[in-house]
Amino acid sequence: MKFFPQPIVWSSPRTVTAIVVLALLAMLPIIAAAFDASYYVSLTTRILIYALAAIGLNLILGFGGMVSLGHAMYVLLGAYAVAIPASHGVTSGFTQLAIAISSTALLAAGVGAVSLRTTGIAFIMITLAFAQMLFFGAVSLKDYGGDDGLTVAARSSFGAFDLSNNVTLYYAAFIAVLVALYLSWRAVLSPFGLVLRGSKANARRAIALGHPIFQYQLVAYIASAVVCAVAGVLLANLTLFASPSYGAWTVSGELIVIVILGGLGTVFGPVVGAIILLALEEALPTLIEHVLPDYKSNWMLLLGLFIFVVALVLKHGVFGSLKSRSP
Amino acid sequence: MSALVTKSLVKRFGGVLATDHVSLTVEAHELHAVIGPNGAGKSTLIGQLAGEIVSDEGSVHLLGQDVTRLNTHQRARLGLARTYQITQLAKEFSALDNVLLAVNARAGHKAHNFQFWHNAHDDQDAMQRADAALATVGLTSMRNTLVATMAHGEQRQLEIAMALATEPRLLLLDEPLAGMSQGESAAMIALLKSLKGRYPMLLVEHDMEAVFALADRVSVLVYGRIIATGTPDNIRSNREVRAAYLGEEMP
Repeated sequence: MKFFPQPIVWSSPRTVTAIVVLALLAMLPIIAAAFDASYYVSLTTRILIYALAAIGLNLILGFGGMVSLGHAMYVLLGAYAVAIPASHGVTSGFTQLAIAISSTALLAAGVGAVSLRTTGIAFIMITLAFAQMLFFGAVSLKDYGGDDGLTVAARSSFGAFDLSNNVTLYYAAFIAVLVALYLSWRAVLSPFGLVLRGSKANARRAIALGHPIFQYQLVAYIASAVVCAVAGVLLANLTLFASPSYGAWTVSGELIVIVILGGLGTVFGPVVGAIILLALEEALPTLIEHVLPDYKSNWMLLLGLFIFVVALVLKHGVFGSLKSRSP
Repeated sequence: MSALVTKSLVKRFGGVLATDHVSLTVEAHELHAVIGPNGAGKSTLIGQLAGEIVSDEGSVHLLGQDVTRLNTHQRARLGLARTYQITQLAKEFSALDNVLLAVNARAGHKAHNFQFWHNAHDDQDAMQRADAALATVGLTSMRNTLVATMAHGEQRQLEIAMALATEPRLLLLDEPLAGMSQGESAAMIALLKSLKGRYPMLLVEHDMEAVFALADRVSVLVYGRIIATGTPDNIRSNREVRAAYLGEEMP
């Protein structure tokens, strides 16, 4: 059996970009160690975690055309699936992952079954409403920190190794991103993905051909939520903290921006989008401080301007505008 | 067994009777045309047959099976395929992927496509069926062309290819000649002629010349009501039809 679901066009700009980016990410901890800049390891871990969540969201947003403004709730769920067991002394990563994935799949099945009855603006609003409910649900957990959130005493352990080492955590996130990329690549090109993409391109036609698209959308929605929950598990491990703010609607918005910035409907776009958005959020304040010290609190203006330009000039996002024939 | 039987089908929009107790049949191997002036309720009728519009009264039988309560995708799986008056395609797909989407929903094929691992293009059987459908409508050379970049006439042909790719037992054609140039129309009429007899077809069309050239039987729909059904010659000479619809346009 072929390892890759489609032939690789080595000369295409997209392939080259993806390989270069992944190679740099693979070597980053080594480079950081050489320059004694371990801070960049945790910064990039955060980027990878956001990339992972965005890969999840991209499954439904980019390939299914479902604009969910509530996907941060699954990140929140994943983070609390680490923090709450940890506060009771359960630090097994397997247990935490199992809780995160099963609770997310259940919640997503319910939320998806209700919200997928709607489309367009109504779908956006209903997913937002569910996310707000979960947000305030987390705030009301007084035993677990309420709106202050709760700290995680120890990182998850997976049998022989644990995530307490920053570099180990980094590679765990990196591998999670690789696996998510590979699986979504396969899924997108599979018969399932063809119907999902068809339902985005022309739902009416897909139904008239005989595809019960609701079932496809629901399965994609659940899968996408589970990926976000895994990102939440990693995020709680990175910050050693879980807070309702992980599920804020602004985070859901950020994930949408990442997906669109990278390129809707491309498998690798979310990784590029996450790198660009989070790197800019990191670099712009410092940059402004040096150039225009009086305006350093206005760095978000510049970020907004950048997103505006990308949206205006690159219709298909940064990665999506690179040439390739593969999706 | 008749391919399609409707009994006293009714659809009301507010106070308007859009479909007024329509009973018609499409026999096996028959090409049955429905003509009527603008606003006669032709598209509403097609919508009711396909299941996109829920009927208020009456029944629809497909190949002897009552499908009145089935929804659109269930009817499609039983072999009802349709084309649209306004082209409905996956525009960002290649012609091949559009047809492949149809092949994967073909009647009698497995009920779902919950396969996540293999590339849809690696299914040789499905690819052959898709290529065959493209060949039937003469779009083999456009196989890998993005639909958005295809000419209008080619997109209309692709509509037919998608309907054929589902291996239908009844074809509903909603104004397949709409918006076509003369040359494109001639090609489409030739294509429909070649399909005639192979599939039972219900053809809704404005182009009189095409209808009288193609149809075995013609039904005339006026204000949601069928005022006459008969052979093209019968319809041409029917006085009520002339008065209501054809007027002096009669060829």
